[in-house]
Amino acid sequence: MATPAIRMFRRLEGLFCVYKPSGVHWKLVRDIVETNLLKGLNATSSQPLPQEVRFLVHPVSETEAPKGLTVSASSVPVLAKHPLVTGPEFQHIRVGVGHRLDAFSSGVLVLALGNGNKAMNDLYGTRVTRDYTLEGEFGTATDDFSHTGRVVERSTFGHIKQDKLDKVLAMLQGANQKALLMYSNVDMHSQEAYEMAVQGLLGPEGKSQPILTGLRCLHFQPPNFTLEVRCLNETQKYLRKVVHEIGLELRSTAVCKGVRRTRDGPFTLQDALTHHHWTASNVIQAIRQYHSKKNLKYSHTQMKDTALQPTEESTT
Amino acid sequence: MASSCTQLYLQCRSFLCSKTVACTWQYCSQVRHCIAVTCVPTKILNGSFVIKGNSTATQAKQRWKQQMFCYSDLAAKHLTTQVKEDKGVEGTSTAEVVPYKSPLLPIRDALLATESQVSLDLDAAAEFSALEVISDEEAVSISVPSAIPPASTSLRDYVDQSETLSKLVQLGVNLWKLEQRPNVGSMLLRLNFNTDVAPRLLFLKEIGVEDSRFGYIITHNPFILTESLENLQSRVNYLKSKKFSSETVASMVSKAPYLLNFSVKRLDNRLGFYQQQLKLSPSSTRNIVARLPRLLCGSLEPVKENLKVCEIELGFKENEIQHIVIAVPKVLTANKRKLSQIFDFLHNIMKVPHNLIAKFPQVLNSKYLRLRERHLFLEYLGKAQYDPTLPNYISLDRLVSLPDEIFCTELALATLEDFCLFQKTL
Repeated sequence: MATPAIRMFRRLEGLFCVYKPSGVHWKLVRDIVETNLLKGLNATSSQPLPQEVRFLVHPVSETEAPKGLTVSASSVPVLAKHPLVTGPEFQHIRVGVGHRLDAFSSGVLVLALGNGNKAMNDLYGTRVTRDYTLEGEFGTATDDFSHTGRVVERSTFGHIKQDKLDKVLAMLQGANQKALLMYSNVDMHSQEAYEMAVQGLLGPEGKSQPILTGLRCLHFQPPNFTLEVRCLNETQKYLRKVVHEIGLELRSTAVCKGVRRTRDGPFTLQDALTHHHWTASNVIQAIRQYHSKKNLKYSHTQMKDTALQPTEESTT
Repeated sequence: MASSCTQLYLQCRSFLCSKTVACTWQYCSQVRHCIAVTCVPTKILNGSFVIKGNSTATQAKQRWKQQMFCYSDLAAKHLTTQVKEDKGVEGTSTAEVVPYKSPLLPIRDALLATESQVSLDLDAAAEFSALEVISDEEAVSISVPSAIPPASTSLRDYVDQSETLSKLVQLGVNLWKLEQRPNVGSMLLRLNFNTDVAPRLLFLKEIGVEDSRFGYIITHNPFILTESLENLQSRVNYLKSKKFSSETVASMVSKAPYLLNFSVKRLDNRLGFYQQQLKLSPSSTRNIVARLPRLLCGSLEPVKENLKVCEIELGFKENEIQHIVIAVPKVLTANKRKLSQIFDFLHNIMKVPHNLIAKFPQVLNSKYLRLRERHLFLEYLGKAQYDPTLPNYISLDRLVSLPDEIFCTELALATLEDFCLFQKTL
């Protein structure tokens, strides 16, 4: 029987993204979203209790001569179906997490509900890139590459200028491009490779080492600097290590002060829900948006990920 | 085990048949194996019904329901300790297995009173032929045994037949939550509403607890129904002797359902601790305990550690700690790590001095994420000024306690969308 709660439950199928704040474990985010969704579902109107008929006998007092037993039929609610006895109607929703973010990082985290989990698996099966913003600071090196770790080394950074930084970034990008070509499993001297490169389909299928397909400096104000990175198969610790290595290449040291994911596949910062909006109604709206965007995409018959445009594919 | 129980049972039966011993066998009980009960997860309830005809049937009455006997074809019979005392039948151990006494439909007990005694001679038990003509009273009194499972993992199988459970549901007790706890479901089934539950509810009403709170109290502390009334009364008397008013005692019991389960000695110990450690006056101690009665319920070790943290790690002076505790007693039971984290942010990043934090202790109770986002937003806008002597001062309590819209419009002078967008840049 389709009560409003059940209809709402059936509408909760699909993908959406949230903005994970830093300092919070991704599992906590997933649990909070699941709890809020269950709260929203269980709060929608519940049905009245079913009734059953029972025959109640009135005890006859001993002084009177019993003329006949008075048996009355009354309709009593079946308490076995009461929510205080059976528990809430919805107790579990399948919420899956996309590419995970560690506790130190923040940014877009994709979550999938119900059957959306299958869609998410398919999405991550295709080659999907992610965009990050890395905040760095020159002058210190720590053991876990972040500014909260134990300091291992300090150095000067007065000699670092914008052009030196750009040179180092270009060198890194070149190295990564080579890795990209190597993992493409295609002979570089063939026509097939050329066609794939034109369409931007070069790259590893499935798991490989982390590859940065794009790297540039957004902001440089010594000692602080900000990088924008586009990458595949990465972990956030690898990205912090990249910042550390940039410091080393510049004959100085650097730590990463923040890792922020701005895009995960087709999900951008604009669609992400901040933690004030992790309620059932907002999530339903976000899923509806995702579905409408998906249908729009299919109507344009674009089969590959639109964000995979090779803007930074310059080979050095 | 079962076979030995069976033999024991058969022995008992023959023993009883030969002698006409007045006993209070009411109905047979079907009992699970002792081993099974101990191995099985604690949620399994043993739903046999050894009914004690306590409300209506007298002790001397003996009852042997032919139907009940056929219905419960059993392996063994275990007696509860009360029945054992009455009869003196040896050899029955009530070790692990606890038979349930779920008072079946109260109507049935009323009917039993009106019926005649059936003799215990089982061999000559009346054969009830289906074609026999009987009167209406007898016809009504032959009640069909309800299909209650002998053991179940959930109380919903018993709630319609059990008077106690139905009345508890009507009071608002969350049986589903209670049956998750080990052995609580079994205990609730065994209670009798008129002798166990009602007196205690009346007691709570007498001390001033509102009727609407009964459900909450029993859901959080079902063991209040098994605490003896003398103990409950003595604890209430103790609290009143410490000059807590009756309304205060009622509100304390409402807020901390476990309060009356603790002995007078323990309550005294804790009150003494708070008074001595914090060097507070008796009225201040009464004040904080009345506002946060769970201070009297939990253990004192975390409180001692929190006090040490405040003194040593955070560096508050004694009078500052006193002021903080009187304003926000929850600091005593807060998580140490979170407390240190918030203080670290306040002192080192927001550069708020100790005396200002002590003046607004509510910040120590707030969420770290909320504080951080709001502070960074104000800093981005250039409005993060927490010194009362300078212009454009923002007080700490308004910073954390205002809801988002009012914070944005009044303190930050920006829109809520801007705040949202800013949060996505952190």
